[in-house]
Amino acid sequence: MAKATNTELIDLLGENFGEQLFDVTEPYGLLTFSTTKDKVIHVLSFLKKNDKIDFNFLTDITAVHYPEKNQLAVVYHLHSMVRGIRVRIKVFIHENDPTIPTAVPLWNAANWMERETYDFFGVKFEGHPDLRRILNMDDLGVHPMLKQYPLEDPNRVDKKDEYFGR
Amino acid sequence: MNHNQPVYTDNDPQSELVTLNLGPTHPATHGVFQNVLQLDGERIVSGVSTIGYIHRAFEKIAEHRPFYQITPLTDRLNYCSSPINNMGWHMTVEKLLNIQIPKRVDYLRVIIMELSRIADHIICNTIIAQDTGATTTFLYLFQFREHIYEIYEEVCGARLTTNIGRIGGLERDFNDVAFAKINKFLKEFPVALKEFESLLNRNRIFIDRTAGVAEVSQENALSYGWTGPLLRATGIDYDVRVSEPYSSYQDFDFEIPVGTSGDIYDRYLVRNEEMWQSVRIIEQAMEKIKSEPKGIFHADVPEFYLPGKEEVYNNMEALIYHFKIVMGEIDAPKAEVYHAVEGGNGELGFYLINDGGRTPYRLHFRRPSFINYSMFAKMSEGMLLSDAIINMSSMNIIAGELDA
Repeated sequence: MAKATNTELIDLLGENFGEQLFDVTEPYGLLTFSTTKDKVIHVLSFLKKNDKIDFNFLTDITAVHYPEKNQLAVVYHLHSMVRGIRVRIKVFIHENDPTIPTAVPLWNAANWMERETYDFFGVKFEGHPDLRRILNMDDLGVHPMLKQYPLEDPNRVDKKDEYFGR
Repeated sequence: MNHNQPVYTDNDPQSELVTLNLGPTHPATHGVFQNVLQLDGERIVSGVSTIGYIHRAFEKIAEHRPFYQITPLTDRLNYCSSPINNMGWHMTVEKLLNIQIPKRVDYLRVIIMELSRIADHIICNTIIAQDTGATTTFLYLFQFREHIYEIYEEVCGARLTTNIGRIGGLERDFNDVAFAKINKFLKEFPVALKEFESLLNRNRIFIDRTAGVAEVSQENALSYGWTGPLLRATGIDYDVRVSEPYSSYQDFDFEIPVGTSGDIYDRYLVRNEEMWQSVRIIEQAMEKIKSEPKGIFHADVPEFYLPGKEEVYNNMEALIYHFKIVMGEIDAPKAEVYHAVEGGNGELGFYLINDGGRTPYRLHFRRPSFINYSMFAKMSEGMLLSDAIINMSSMNIIAGELDA
């Protein structure tokens, strides 16, 4: 089948979701848009089940922490192997209420990806069958990829982050 | 839930089930991961995978390191084919910075990446044979991994964790010894691979142990996010080198082998055929290099390409750029980029968000071993323990990539 273009995808999504998708950009040719957490599963399953575009593959789920905005972005990368196109979907959620519905019913791969995201960012995927830590130990107590947790002992004077990187 | 305890403990004293801790340091698992299995005789009833034993927080460290200092972290993901990881990372940054790479550099990179793909597949396929009891094949083909490491040594000075290349190219041109070693490898390896195949492909014992074991349907493989040889063994011809060519892979003529049933025998055959295709690609690359201008081994981007020490000591500008690059003071666009390469185990993706600081704001590795492995416990249900062991070998789970 012919490769799909971003314009085709934007038209298709615009018809079906309209204002529910926003912040549409194309950094380095990869169509990126945001949606809300009550719509995300609807969008994902539409993309997966639509015959015309057929996003059959979940490439990745991860999160990004934006402490100044008190937000976490959950980022989904989908891939249509049939039409040769990728798409990136972001959902911004408040860091004090980090909940989002799970994508496990759509793709089994989401199981471990969501566990990893929960482990490192504390994002609670509602409806996940087995949401527990995956790489860190159970009694770690924190979600270490959040920006407030420093990489090294913050009391060291010789290695202040501001001198060496962030 | 505390997963240091077996999760499906059977409290019934009349039960015949046996709990077996397979790992974390079991010699048959070839890596540090644990599976708590419930066995009924030799048959696995259920299993729980525990991973993270060598988790080293690479994503957190990467948020505090300039681009060049992240390359050594990528070495330690899939350490059986570290050049692919290094170059995948450099290509991600090059994509971010919009750097055009000269063709010759692309071809040199292709040679190294295909050599490391061969090294990766040698490990996996010989280990499958080893786990079915065929030590000869393991010892026989494994010496060629050593030859590949000698080529790495000639090109970058290191063997296992190579830290090869720079943003914009390679740190130095291949010398004559390197080319001679590659040519020698191209001459000797096919002979050995042919013999390896003739020892195993039609071997009754090997076929009995592998064919029809751990079959996976295409739907299941896609749903679990499988990529690489595992996905291709089920019959789906997805390869990043073809679907989104990077490093001039579109210039090469090669085929994507696929299997039919996704069982262990198919995975073995797919990996073997990929080694043949890699040899083909390297031969073509060696031919193509001859028609490219000699001596070019990096793009002309002094503000991003780390200059050689000789330059730094003798040239003012190189010294300034060296300082800026090492301190992370390069002018990179505020953007996000996803770049994928075909690693030894599948799609190795780098999701990089840059906010204009010295270090990435966020860097996420899409690690194929991690995603492929999530099906293992589910797959093992109903399987014989000895089959589960070769199933794990054939998935080529590399602990470094699994745990990041």
